Amino acid sequence: MSEIPLEHLLMLSTALFFIGAYGFLTRRNMIAMLMSLELMLNSVNINFIVFNKYLFPDTIEGLGFTIFIIAIAAAEAAVAIAIIINLYRNTKNIDAENADHLKH
Amino acid sequence: MSLATTIQLIVLLPLGSFLLLGIFGRKYLSSLSGMIGTTSLLVSAILSIQTAYQYFFLNTAGSFEKIIAWKMTWLTFSEGVSIDMGILVDPISVMMLVVVTVVSLMVHVYSLGYMKGDERFATYYSFLSLFTFSMLGLVIAVNIFQIYMFWELVGVSSFLLIGYYFEKPSAVAASKKAFIVTRFADLGFLIGILILGFEAKTLDFVTLIERLTTSNSPYLVSATTASFLGASALTWGLLLVFMGGAGKSAMFPLHIWLPDAMEGPTPVSALIHAATMVVAGVFLVARLFPIFSISCPGALEVVMWTGVISALFAALIACTQTDIKRVLAYSTMSQIGYMMFALGVSGYGNEAGLGFTASMFHLFTHAFFKALLFLGAGAVIHYIHSNEMKDMGGLRKSMPITHITFLIACLAIAGIPPFAGFFSKEEILTAAHHANPMVYYIALLTAGITAFYMFRLYYNIFWSKEAKTAHHDDDHHGEGTWSMKIPLLILSVGAIAAGFIPFGSFVSSDGHPLHIPFEISAAILPVIIAVSGIALATLFYKTENDRPDKLSASFQGIYKTAYHKFYIDEIYLFITKKIVFNLIAQPSAWVDKNIIDGSMNGLASLVVWKSNLIKSIQSGKVQDYALYFFLAAFGITALTIYLVN
Amino acid sequence: MSASAIAFYCIAAFILIAGILTVTTKKLFRAAIWLLFSLIGIAALFFWMEVEFAAAVQVIVYVGGIVVLIIFSIFLTNQEGVNMPSALKKRSLFSGLAVVSAAAYTCTLLCSHYWMKGSEEVFDPSVKKIGYLLVANTPESFVLPFELVSVLLLAAMIGCIVIAMKAQPESK
Repeated sequence: MSEIPLEHLLMLSTALFFIGAYGFLTRRNMIAMLMSLELMLNSVNINFIVFNKYLFPDTIEGLGFTIFIIAIAAAEAAVAIAIIINLYRNTKNIDAENADHLKH
Repeated sequence: MSLATTIQLIVLLPLGSFLLLGIFGRKYLSSLSGMIGTTSLLVSAILSIQTAYQYFFLNTAGSFEKIIAWKMTWLTFSEGVSIDMGILVDPISVMMLVVVTVVSLMVHVYSLGYMKGDERFATYYSFLSLFTFSMLGLVIAVNIFQIYMFWELVGVSSFLLIGYYFEKPSAVAASKKAFIVTRFADLGFLIGILILGFEAKTLDFVTLIERLTTSNSPYLVSATTASFLGASALTWGLLLVFMGGAGKSAMFPLHIWLPDAMEGPTPVSALIHAATMVVAGVFLVARLFPIFSISCPGALEVVMWTGVISALFAALIACTQTDIKRVLAYSTMSQIGYMMFALGVSGYGNEAGLGFTASMFHLFTHAFFKALLFLGAGAVIHYIHSNEMKDMGGLRKSMPITHITFLIACLAIAGIPPFAGFFSKEEILTAAHHANPMVYYIALLTAGITAFYMFRLYYNIFWSKEAKTAHHDDDHHGEGTWSMKIPLLILSVGAIAAGFIPFGSFVSSDGHPLHIPFEISAAILPVIIAVSGIALATLFYKTENDRPDKLSASFQGIYKTAYHKFYIDEIYLFITKKIVFNLIAQPSAWVDKNIIDGSMNGLASLVVWKSNLIKSIQSGKVQDYALYFFLAAFGITALTIYLVN
Repeated sequence: MSASAIAFYCIAAFILIAGILTVTTKKLFRAAIWLLFSLIGIAALFFWMEVEFAAAVQVIVYVGGIVVLIIFSIFLTNQEGVNMPSALKKRSLFSGLAVVSAAAYTCTLLCSHYWMKGSEEVFDPSVKKIGYLLVANTPESFVLPFELVSVLLLAAMIGCIVIAMKAQPESK
């Protein structure tokens, strides 16, 4: 595996991050936006582990951060889904374009 | 009860009645409103007569001082200059209290019958109460600004009452006309107040008069030395104040609103446009009389000539009018002209102050007989349902009480002894005779014309065509209710007896009793003139004949001009519509619309355009915000890296 | 090219294709399945990097937890069969441009940057070491963050219940 340069791994995570960002910006369904967010978080996880393994193999702090991120991502997903469901219950609509009541 | 409390009560009772009727009248007190208004006025009237009795008869000092019974500072501008509210008691204010409350009481009682069944009965009474309150506040004013405020309140209540029948377009137009003309005059009044207040450094009447009449006082010196357009500041101030007075008192050339004001209910005309409000101008000049007389005789001369011209001018017009209320309106204007020039010919103090006393005396007597005339005319109009002379005639049998009282009032105004008008008019003429022969002869001529037109009116209503109106269904209300007849009787007592009051002992220019000798010789000429005027009217109008037509045909030019009120209204219209409108109003409107508004609108639309651009960023869509956030984060990152490298 | 490298490029392609399909497919339920594949790909990547613990956690929490949660929420909001509304043209255009330029910029940065050489030690992410890292009684360990995350998870759970709970009708 050492013949794979660090840059390629980083490009993978970059590509995944911006795919997630694109999805977050264009998807109108809130659940789909949440999924895009998960992709972005995962690309960050990849980064942590890659840096840890390639640049600081003597420690495992990057891995520890990955674990924390996964835990927090789970909490975030749960809260976001609760909000989405509550919104759906009130408006029968989870289109982000229509969720602009606060403006008025 | 102390003097202050009594007078406060006199003034505040009508205010209370106004508030009560104005707020609750229409819904809850509709049927009671007349009684409420009348009762409060009755109390006021009794209290003011009692005040007058105390002030005039229980006075042991030998002269009548100005007493400030009560005063509170309402608004202070600077040291010494403040607007105060208070009660100033002196002979003329006490006299005016009596006149206003008594005439107002009569009108209240009369209206019980006259306005019966009117839909807005309570509103009518609340307006009457408002007027009475304002007029009382005006006469007791201690401060020139207090008088100004009540002056405007009087104007408002006059406006409301002229426009009382607001469903009639002519009444609306008349009320607007009255308001605008008097407002215009009040502009002058306000400027005059400011000039006087600036020069004397006070707005308080007593101090103001003292400072501006003491010779060599620094205030007087500065007021007379500062000059503008060839007249001193004092003259300008007094003339502008007089302009306000002339507007309210319908003096030539600001009289045009008064005839139109007859669109209001007739009792209102009797109260406001004959007996009380229109003499406010005379009262104002009388209030400031020491300043006029001692420090600025030039302004007093203007007052005199305005009065004389108005008196003659109005008398001439009155001869040609056919609407009985308009005849009375012009006669009011003519009589106020008498009061004005009586002030104008008067000097200050002792014998020279005869004109002042005469003017106030005439104001007093005039209130009675003119209110009587209007109320009588009201009864006639109530009976005939028309204001036009040609619809009347031969009413002396069907309206005996009205007939007799109207005759008394006519004799009084014509100046036939021993009725009230004779005494007051005789005093005025004597004063004029001493001061200025020219004025005297014009006044004498006017007296003759007055007798003529009053009896023209009288004959046209009660004689002339024999009982032509017998067809009228007079069984349905006859002459009117007793509430209408009693005020007529009471006022006719006043019109007969008021002349015998030794007025000079109570009211004089400097407060010292003035003994006025009665000279038979001086009275002969006026009486002869008046009697000949009556005789002429009898000849023309007692029975129906063609002499009036022949007369008017032979003087066609003058007749037509007078009939059209000397085209004063047309001149005003020409000035306002053609000259002011085209030359001043339209260009300034253009400038206002295009340049001032234009630049402001341009600025505003620029801002709107720009802010719409900015506003579109704030779409309320989460993903738009996320995109901005993303771009900004990207931009900041790139910028930071670029700067670091 | 070794088998390991081929495996890496296959895994990378799988992750990216699945990711792209996640953000572009029309049906929400399919998007969830593509997300699932993408996350499994990432787990595979972790295996490939010999970080087995991370891979296991990835599978357990993401694949087994979060994706299931998302699928539940799709069912709860009745979005499983419908086509999602397509994105606004203008916003897609701007987002695409922004994302592509940002990605290109980041890649050029990555390539131009000099990465310092790491130490020669062998990377050893054993569970024992992870356990020491997280809860050992040493100054270097992450005990406090660990406890904080546990409190956070509890708070999130309670918050979810409160938010998603059906509002009780105002009872007497």
